Amino acid sequence: MDIHEYQAKEILSGYGVKIAEGGLAYSPEDAVQRARDIGGHVWAVKAQIHSGARGKAGGIKICTTHDEVSDAAEHMLGRRLVTHQTGSAGKVCGRLYVEAGTDIAKELYFCLLVDRSSERVVMVGSAQGGMEIEDLAENNPEAIIKIYIEPAVGLLDFQAREMAFALGIDSEVMSHAVKTIKGCYRALRELDCSMLEINPLVITTGGELIALDAKMSFDDNALFRQTKISELRDKTQEDPREMAAADRGLSYVGLDGDIGCMINGAGLAMATMDMIKLAGGEPANFLDVGGGASAERTEKAFRLVLADKNVKAMLVNIFAGINRCDWIAEGVVQAVRKIDMTVPLIVRLSGTNVEEGRRIIAESGLPIITADTLAEAAEKAVQARNEQVAKEAAQEN
Amino acid sequence: MAILIDQTTRIIVQGFTGKIGTFHAQDMINYGSHVVGGITPGKGGQKHLGLPVFNTVKEAVQQVGAEASIIFVPPAFAADSIMEAAEAGIKYCVAITDGVPTQDMMTVKNFLRRFPEDQRMILTGPNCAGTISPGRAMLGIMPGHIYMPGNVGIVGRSGTLGYEAAAQMKALGIGVSTSVGIGGDPINGSAHWVILEKFERDPDTKVVVMIGEIGGPQEVDAGVFANENMKKPVIAYIAGLTAPEGRRMGHAGAIISSASEGAAEKVARLRDLGVIICPTPAAMGATVAEVLAKL
Repeated sequence: MDIHEYQAKEILSGYGVKIAEGGLAYSPEDAVQRARDIGGHVWAVKAQIHSGARGKAGGIKICTTHDEVSDAAEHMLGRRLVTHQTGSAGKVCGRLYVEAGTDIAKELYFCLLVDRSSERVVMVGSAQGGMEIEDLAENNPEAIIKIYIEPAVGLLDFQAREMAFALGIDSEVMSHAVKTIKGCYRALRELDCSMLEINPLVITTGGELIALDAKMSFDDNALFRQTKISELRDKTQEDPREMAAADRGLSYVGLDGDIGCMINGAGLAMATMDMIKLAGGEPANFLDVGGGASAERTEKAFRLVLADKNVKAMLVNIFAGINRCDWIAEGVVQAVRKIDMTVPLIVRLSGTNVEEGRRIIAESGLPIITADTLAEAAEKAVQARNEQVAKEAAQEN
Repeated sequence: MAILIDQTTRIIVQGFTGKIGTFHAQDMINYGSHVVGGITPGKGGQKHLGLPVFNTVKEAVQQVGAEASIIFVPPAFAADSIMEAAEAGIKYCVAITDGVPTQDMMTVKNFLRRFPEDQRMILTGPNCAGTISPGRAMLGIMPGHIYMPGNVGIVGRSGTLGYEAAAQMKALGIGVSTSVGIGGDPINGSAHWVILEKFERDPDTKVVVMIGEIGGPQEVDAGVFANENMKKPVIAYIAGLTAPEGRRMGHAGAIISSASEGAAEKVARLRDLGVIICPTPAAMGATVAEVLAKL
């Protein structure tokens, strides 16, 4: 789960990280009021969306008058910002953060993340801040410092100092730098954060160390014990289809194509997507019904998959292990009888009690297209999708 | 032979008396696994499914000689159960639980590294379907009947995709020596290469199928391992060729966070390392058949 910059800054400031004075705004009037409260002559108006690289997308504006603050706010609020991290759909900006301008002497890069390779937390820094770390890694990998942290001992002072010196931080600021770095590590560990990035971490002309931006991502598996973090979820930044599924206890991934999929197991789901693509189609979504697919659960899953109006055909691919194909077939038949399906349905069942399952589908009298193998299922789904698109086009003419 | 488990392996179930633990314990017993008891703290001394219940893993090791364990306890307590098994002297542990926090797994892995290698418990999972040596023993939640005994080793992240592979092979009359699920989480007990190493040494295994997916370094690491250390052919399929970057595809670990973690990139690296690539998930059985025919 991701949170906004202003939320991350609020958390980090509680861990001893210095931030510039700022406030949240939902309207241009709010934004001007925040600027007045902060005082001074320079403010940054920053769109709060779950994405980095906001500057390039017009999501960060430096203002020197209250009118400029108001104009910037007017321009950003309600706008859909597209960055390379948001995908083509972009993210709508509903909140702004107005922050006191900072006199920057030097920009640094700092990040902590759970590294899958070493199975430890790694601290990553670079004296060349402001750039994206991916670009830096490609163009100037020697400028990146990595320090691995022993989980049982935690981040030690000497490691924090080593990082601070490598970042070129002056001796006068050293004790604060160590406090900042250790505070970030404590936040990461105590809050089940999987990634904490401060880019840029700046040294001001006054010699202070300030987090000018902050990004935190949290481990979804740990949210059950991080209730305060869960409350920071901003549903407007997430796919509404995925939110609806999560509310019903189902795992759903929304994609851009038009073949809806109900599958059990994430691996089989990814494999089925691959087969659809090879057959010339594009998946609209996949919904993982998981192990215990009761008739009610199947119906719920059907409704969620079909709620996506782009769906032109629906593919059900179930490998029954703990499940039984006859139960799933009954669930499918019941769901189809209850829901007014307007798109073709392709069902492939495999595993436990497969003959019985296929018999139930065949004897239902419903217009369900069946397939025996993975390849056949994908081919038939793409074919049915193409026929449906042609049919809809004919109806429109 | 097979790897990790056979019909003599003495198995305990952690989270024995719960609904899921009970169901799968019975299923494993029906398959022929040598289940010798289970753990539910506070219910020690009782009988369940006709077998003894213990308060601690240590008691089960001491009293019934438990060697392997399977974990069904909820996510919040799973790491603790894994470490209890390791400390008690369990040799092999399968963690089925889905939803274990990543930092808990970091702690688990660090805890396991405290033991000298020859005394260190092998862990597979969490978030996996378990391990089966067909015709011998099952330590997992898979449908046992889709696996035929044979000479092909399977190691994979996904449960149902592993079933798909086994079923495609069975349809062609090809059997499995052992199938191991390593789970879909970002930090897991054993990486692919750890299992490949065991298959290389297993006289019953002639060919290994590795079923990987997007995200993380483990598939490529396995390719490097196979290239440097294995004589047996390794066939790989990597799921998620169509997955967009930065999106979590169902499994907690199935996310492309850097360019090298995409399926196409992994496939290219594996091919360079001499791994035989299975081009589509529908061709797993056929690819194995071709490779076996050439041996």
